Amino acid sequence: MVMVNTIIDSIKSLFLGATNRSMEDIKSKTKDNFKREGDVKLEVKELNFYYGEFKALKNINLKIPTKKITALIGPSGCGKTTLLRCFNRMHDLYPGSKYEGSIIFHPDGINIASPHIDLLDLRRRVGMVFQRPNPFPKSIFENVAYGLRVNGVRDKKLIKERVEWALQSAALWDEVKDRLDANAYSLSGGQQQRLCIARAIAIEPDIVLFDEPTSALDPISTSKIEELIMTLKEKLTIIIVTHNMQQAARVSDYTGFMYLGELIEFDKTQKIFTIPSQKLTEDYITGRFG
Amino acid sequence: MNKKDKISDSKADIIYPIFGFIGFFLVISFLVTLIIDILIDGYEKLVDPSFYVSYPSRFPEKAGILSGWVGTTLVMAGAIFWSLLIGIPAGIYLEEYATKRGIIGKIEHIIELNINNLAAVPAIIYGLLALGIFVYRFQLGESILTAGLTLAILMLPVIVVNTREAIRRIPRDIREGAYAVGATKWDTVRDHILPYSLGGILTGLIIAASRAIGETAPLVTIGALTFIAFLPPSPFVSEFPFLSPEKAWELFMSPFTVLPIQIFNWVSRPQAAFQINAAAAGFVLLILTVLMNALAYYFRQKVRRKYIW
Amino acid sequence: MLTFITRKKILDRFMLAVFFTAGFITIFITVGIVYVLLADSIKFFQEVSIKEFLTEKEWTPVFATKKFGIWPLISGTFLIAAIAMVVSIPLGILIAIYLSEYASVRVKEIAKPIIEFMEAIPTVVYGYFTLLFVTPILQSIVPDLEAFNSLAPGIVLGFMILPYTASMAEDSMKGVPQRIREASYALGATKLRTAVTIVIPAAISGIVAGFILGASRAIGETMVVAIAAGMYPNLTLDPREPIQTMTGYIVQVALGDLPYGSIEYLSIFAVGLALFIIAFIFNSIALWLRSRIREAY
Repeated sequence: MVMVNTIIDSIKSLFLGATNRSMEDIKSKTKDNFKREGDVKLEVKELNFYYGEFKALKNINLKIPTKKITALIGPSGCGKTTLLRCFNRMHDLYPGSKYEGSIIFHPDGINIASPHIDLLDLRRRVGMVFQRPNPFPKSIFENVAYGLRVNGVRDKKLIKERVEWALQSAALWDEVKDRLDANAYSLSGGQQQRLCIARAIAIEPDIVLFDEPTSALDPISTSKIEELIMTLKEKLTIIIVTHNMQQAARVSDYTGFMYLGELIEFDKTQKIFTIPSQKLTEDYITGRFG
Repeated sequence: MNKKDKISDSKADIIYPIFGFIGFFLVISFLVTLIIDILIDGYEKLVDPSFYVSYPSRFPEKAGILSGWVGTTLVMAGAIFWSLLIGIPAGIYLEEYATKRGIIGKIEHIIELNINNLAAVPAIIYGLLALGIFVYRFQLGESILTAGLTLAILMLPVIVVNTREAIRRIPRDIREGAYAVGATKWDTVRDHILPYSLGGILTGLIIAASRAIGETAPLVTIGALTFIAFLPPSPFVSEFPFLSPEKAWELFMSPFTVLPIQIFNWVSRPQAAFQINAAAAGFVLLILTVLMNALAYYFRQKVRRKYIW
Repeated sequence: MLTFITRKKILDRFMLAVFFTAGFITIFITVGIVYVLLADSIKFFQEVSIKEFLTEKEWTPVFATKKFGIWPLISGTFLIAAIAMVVSIPLGILIAIYLSEYASVRVKEIAKPIIEFMEAIPTVVYGYFTLLFVTPILQSIVPDLEAFNSLAPGIVLGFMILPYTASMAEDSMKGVPQRIREASYALGATKLRTAVTIVIPAAISGIVAGFILGASRAIGETMVVAIAAGMYPNLTLDPREPIQTMTGYIVQVALGDLPYGSIEYLSIFAVGLALFIIAFIFNSIALWLRSRIREAY
């Protein structure tokens, strides 16, 4: 009878999609990964990426530092978003994508670009915030809790704590604490985007990828998000794609300039925007093209 | 073009809409005439309560539609169950899982073409399929189960197409948002795709059911009886667990009649008195169809307002 | 005990298999149709030669001297479909132009569901209406119209298939980009002239595809003809006489108590096969025409 119960329990949890595994398990696993700031977090080596026959990224070499903000800039179609979406393998949702070379995730030393990597685990550790706010048409609470639930957290008290923590970290708590059950679509665009940030950080990833996070927002919401991103770097490594050079200059510590699928230059932001070493970078920064 | 031409031309733009409206008005008159005709013909029976609780009879004045509507209810329940069981997962597969590559991609293409073709196969052909396969080769007989399966096949293409359309309206961003926090495909389908497309799927189901409920030909082909003076056995019993599997199986395997078959039978009789019954039952069936279509229309509007992406 | 992630992945694989299976099962429906129609038709053609089936001019399976020439059934089927098209095409085009070029959004919002509803009415109700209302009225207009005839069911089917002839035509016309119309208006053309000379030619593939699907629907329709057209296989083009269609024959045989494997039982599968082939050809043409629209813009 006990065995029957165990089997029923395991079948149940199989279908309900959650277990009693506590957040502590996840945390203890990731705690070691929070190394000193400045260490290399992601090491991109000779990365080529193809959409079918089309070679979208050409021989990218790049070292992303821990707990810093790295910006990727460049004209539309230069491959900056494509590169960003390699870091959590979002491309794999669609047929026809192919990776060559490697992206080493430190300190574990695993290769993100490998076909054998566990995508679920990767995406849990590398979060993403999208161009257009994309909250789920569910309650504010459920939006943030969703990542915890699909990663097996079932303890209601713990979920509540994590949701509150994430909403506070995303500077949204005070605005929504009285209406956590309201639909996420009742929020303004900027609030929706901060909710998406809360959703991404609730599962405590090591890295968060931002894909032009303010391109659909008004200037006031934009500056709020920028401030938020800057406070988040105390906890996380951040990579942000932006078409807005001022934004890159304002928020980032490092900047990479991309053009036609190649990484032209990568350096400290201050250096890129004051004394770029490449002519092409200079032309772009000074607005001569793009 | 001279001036005279122009004048007659612009007159066309005044005259044409009048003719166009008359054309449309013709359609409405046709519809209204049909409804009023069967209402008047069947009125006598429609207002007689015993019509709804009597079995068919040799005497037209005693005949009713009890076994007809009970049969229709049971057969439709089966048809809805089977068509959803296959239709929703098939639609989800084609829209959410299809890789469109390699051998699997070829199979997916065949599934897709096949469903498009099924939608256009004459209903009576499904009756022949059911007669050949379910009735004789599977030995399921001329039963409620066979009838449910037959109508389910008929409903399937509509359900698949509507499921796919409903899923397609969910933007890519929502899926990516789920995958980005570590959801599997099944997590995404269960937590997002299905809940957000449910309204559209339901609309498709109601439309499909409203067509199936009036279907006559395939059920005639599998041998629905026209004269049934008893109800199928109830699967419920008085002792725990109150549901007897043997009785349920008996119910599935029992012969049946449905409203449209009853109407067909009465229409084909020479006595005018039976035609009153036919008109009355036809009006009941027509009202059911109108209600179902109105419900589907209402759902469609509601869904459109609920998720504005 | 498996870890949460492993279980999640197993479940994911399992559900993929479930969904694929559901999709795959739908193929078996077509396989089943083709199998049943072919298997029983082959048995039928062992007793009746294909030559007789295709050349004999009489269909008398219930007589003492059985003859199995399918032409009376085909002629009956196509006669009714032709009458339906004669009613439905002009009416459909008239309404389609009106709705797509003239009618206000409000009128359209009411008109479209009503036209779509024409196909949702149970066909057995149409059958009743045809036999007991339309035919008697036509009998007072058309001399020598018999109680069972192909004229009345043809006209009613013409209305029934309006969702294909009017509604689909309207959809195709609506698909023609507004800029093409505006170019014509800018030259001083009226709406009607633009509709006839610009919009209809541009949308012709979709319009014709709708006509063909409508015809296919009329050919496959069963109850209206079974009730109102008679049960008399008759090689005639006179719409006043009783006839029998392919679908009508299947119903007639199915209503009797047919012994499994008898020649009558087998014959309905042979007729069904012919019907299936005709419907398949019509649908393929319509699909091909519709795929051409997608290429056009």
